[in-house]
Amino acid sequence: MKSLRLGRRRPFFILGLLIVSFYIIIAIIGPELMRYEPTQTDPSVTLQPPSAEHLFGTDKFGRDVLTRVVHATRLDLAIAASVAIGAFAIGSLVGGMAGYYGGSMDDVVMRGVDVIFAFPAFILAMAITGVLGDKVEYVIIAIGVAYIPYFIRLTRGEMLSVRTHQYAEAAISVGNPGWRVMFVHLLPNSLSPALVQMTLVFAWAILDAAGLAFLGLGITPPTAEWGVLVSEGAQRIITGEWWVWLFPGLAIVLAAFAFSLVGDGLRDITAREEN
Amino acid sequence: MAESLLRVEELSLAFPHEEATRRVLDQVSFDLYPNEVLGLVGESGSGKTMTSLTIIGLLPSTAQVLGGHVWFDGRDLLALSDREMRAVRGAQIAMIFQNPLSALNPLQRAGDQVARAVRIHRQLPKDEAYDTAVALLRQVGIPDAASRARAYPHQLSGGMAQRVLVAMMLACQPALLIADEPTTGLDVTVQAQIFELIKDIQADTGATVLLITHDLGVVSEVCHRVAVMYAGQIMERAPVEALFERPQHPYTERLLSSILRVDQPKELDTTQALLPISLDYDTPGCRFANQCPNVLAICREQRPAPHTTAQGHTVFCHKYTDEAP
Amino acid sequence: MSPLARYVLRRLLLAFVTLVGVVVVVFILTNILPGNPAALRAGPLANEELIAEYEVEMGLDKPLYVQFTNYVGQLVRGDLGESWRTGEPVVKELGQRIPATLELAVTAFVLALVIGLTLGIVAAVFAGSLLDHSARLFATLGASLALFWLALVGVHVFYYNLSWAPPPLDRLTIGVSEPPQVTGLFTIDSLLSGDIPTFVDALSHLWLPALTLAFVVSAPIIKTARASMLDTMGSDYIRTARAIGVKEHRLVLSDGLRNAFIPVLTTLGIVLGYLIAGNVIVERVFSWAGIGQYAWNALITKDFNAVRGFVLLIGVFIVFLNLTIDLLYGVVDPRIRLGKR
Repeated sequence: MKSLRLGRRRPFFILGLLIVSFYIIIAIIGPELMRYEPTQTDPSVTLQPPSAEHLFGTDKFGRDVLTRVVHATRLDLAIAASVAIGAFAIGSLVGGMAGYYGGSMDDVVMRGVDVIFAFPAFILAMAITGVLGDKVEYVIIAIGVAYIPYFIRLTRGEMLSVRTHQYAEAAISVGNPGWRVMFVHLLPNSLSPALVQMTLVFAWAILDAAGLAFLGLGITPPTAEWGVLVSEGAQRIITGEWWVWLFPGLAIVLAAFAFSLVGDGLRDITAREEN
Repeated sequence: MAESLLRVEELSLAFPHEEATRRVLDQVSFDLYPNEVLGLVGESGSGKTMTSLTIIGLLPSTAQVLGGHVWFDGRDLLALSDREMRAVRGAQIAMIFQNPLSALNPLQRAGDQVARAVRIHRQLPKDEAYDTAVALLRQVGIPDAASRARAYPHQLSGGMAQRVLVAMMLACQPALLIADEPTTGLDVTVQAQIFELIKDIQADTGATVLLITHDLGVVSEVCHRVAVMYAGQIMERAPVEALFERPQHPYTERLLSSILRVDQPKELDTTQALLPISLDYDTPGCRFANQCPNVLAICREQRPAPHTTAQGHTVFCHKYTDEAP
Repeated sequence: MSPLARYVLRRLLLAFVTLVGVVVVVFILTNILPGNPAALRAGPLANEELIAEYEVEMGLDKPLYVQFTNYVGQLVRGDLGESWRTGEPVVKELGQRIPATLELAVTAFVLALVIGLTLGIVAAVFAGSLLDHSARLFATLGASLALFWLALVGVHVFYYNLSWAPPPLDRLTIGVSEPPQVTGLFTIDSLLSGDIPTFVDALSHLWLPALTLAFVVSAPIIKTARASMLDTMGSDYIRTARAIGVKEHRLVLSDGLRNAFIPVLTTLGIVLGYLIAGNVIVERVFSWAGIGQYAWNALITKDFNAVRGFVLLIGVFIVFLNLTIDLLYGVVDPRIRLGKR
């Protein structure tokens, strides 16, 4: 019953969850369902508009756009997940420790956060990817570095307020060493806002990875990645073959939108529970 | 009896909830006579603040008035439009709240905020309004009023801020002043000063005051008459000496005994709960029934009819309704 | 020392520390990360001799701390090195392109402010209404719209379909000459020299990229403005003003806006960060000759000195921007300016 009520009062949250599930399913079994191969070229059907044969049309090599979009789903979601989970894990740990131990360690960490925040996330990711090279791992690291500070700040803040709770003092008085108390008791309780942030970072990572690929950084043709597909299509902007770039772009926007809805919904839910 | 200035009649209020509609106020009735200080007393959750917000028309938009009237100056305030009510606010009914420091705009100087009230209600030009504001600050006992007027709220103490708010109300020259727990969070000595101030204002200007508080000690000092509320219902209404010397309602007795206990060299008996519990709101009868030492079967079923003595002492309790008046 | 002076000093100190950090990060970015920068610069066809020459020339044979000190010394003299591709001083190349970026960014920012603040405030004042829900949905959507994709949509609809915009090929139509340089912003310069046809041409090239950028950047402004306005309108002091009979529209326009603006000011720093990042993409799509396109070119051709110059410029700019906002705060908010009693 409670879940029904949730649905009635938060339709957008449920919508977001549905779309996200859809994407996950596509990522897992989508490629098997496709008629064509993503790298299968066919010079006789280049730049065909959407039709019954090719639902999203074909690109300049005669490749089926729908197939490429579906294959790209796996890669894009994997990248975004790696970024979100990685940044969450590292950032929360560092933030938790900074909040718990305080002192000069805390100061250094916070100044580090300030420095990273002095660069727009995308610019930083651009620079790191450009410098390190065009590999998927580098893209994940580049984007992840830009988002780690968010988690540091969030978890540190929570840790600061949770640290003074009585059960922490009780645990220490019973003889648990400080670091154990922090890990086992306090840190898990500081994670709630960070978990919400993780969904949002997921959305941002999708946009950033695609944006980098669009600029030719990180992931390059012929790999099927949404941003790559859009950049391939961008070459056709003057000549009007809109399907080549529109559909991959829609995939990006819809995915980011869905994760944002989920993130916003989670934020509302956790805020309400606090009240 | 004299004509009442304000008459709250069978006022019922609810917030729509998920499970059921739980009435925050249940047929609340009382009169307020000119030149008097009426104390509205009860613990948190008793509905006193909601009552006052209804009177002045500042309820949150989710609140629903289920029934009743608020008669003031020949009109039912509940029937007025927003515009009409806005004309009443400040000019005829004014209100000060708890937490005086957050009730003042942090970006404006104290004097300017009072001056604005003066400009609106006394229609004076800017310069004169400001001078009047400073005079009002002096009147409410703020030392060095001219320089204090140039201060920002964060530079004032809680007591000072509350005086500024009282000055604002004076600027409006209302017939009725509602003070909702005006001293919560303030120092004990400052509390006494604020109540002195209210008493003085009332004596000087002839204003009528509805004082909302949970502090019976203050009530005995400042109020002429008292109304006691529990869980959204009025339990008893009486002149202040009568209430303290001859309390009739079991809840009032409980309230009074809790003060007296503090005076005596015994420990405060905290096992006797005075706060409403969730269950109280679901009965059609008297909401104190669950915690009443004199409870009868009928108490849970039917709301007691008021029983009034010739001295103006009214009680809502089945103990008394069977007696001959 | 007055509370304001103390506040200013603290902010300056923080900004300085952050600035140092920015320089360190940029140094790491271009001297430590890319493997062997000399090899990259020499190119894929170079032999070991050439690489060794470059290493000496770039000072890579010296220990890291020496490299760093040399770099800082360079920076202090305002020297960002030379572009590996063209050999020109990076400072000069960036300087030539800043007006173009400024024209685009400032226009987009003003548009975003107008759209974002209006929608955010209206959504707050009519909270719970259809307008409010639409504005919030619009904000979430705007944050999800991939800027590069939106730009393509814009070009397709407005150039390809409707011909309301010229082809996305830089700031002026081919054949139209630049107006005499005063500010470097073609729209303003052409107005200043009374050249109306050039002004119209420049404007026609400007409106679509600026609006696209503004669209996406307005999303976070809507969210913040709405939240701040709701918070303010629900505050105790607004309740006091209502209780003394102040008219509702006066409350919204005067107290509401003034008090709600301060939290919005803080987020404007973040918003400008999005704007700069967005500029890179928009400049690429519209072939706009600004520093964003310069940076992209530098990245693709592995011209790391140019990249370094660009990233440093951005970092320094944002640090100064945040410092300015903080100082503005100190002036505008009496709680900071005057401190406690």
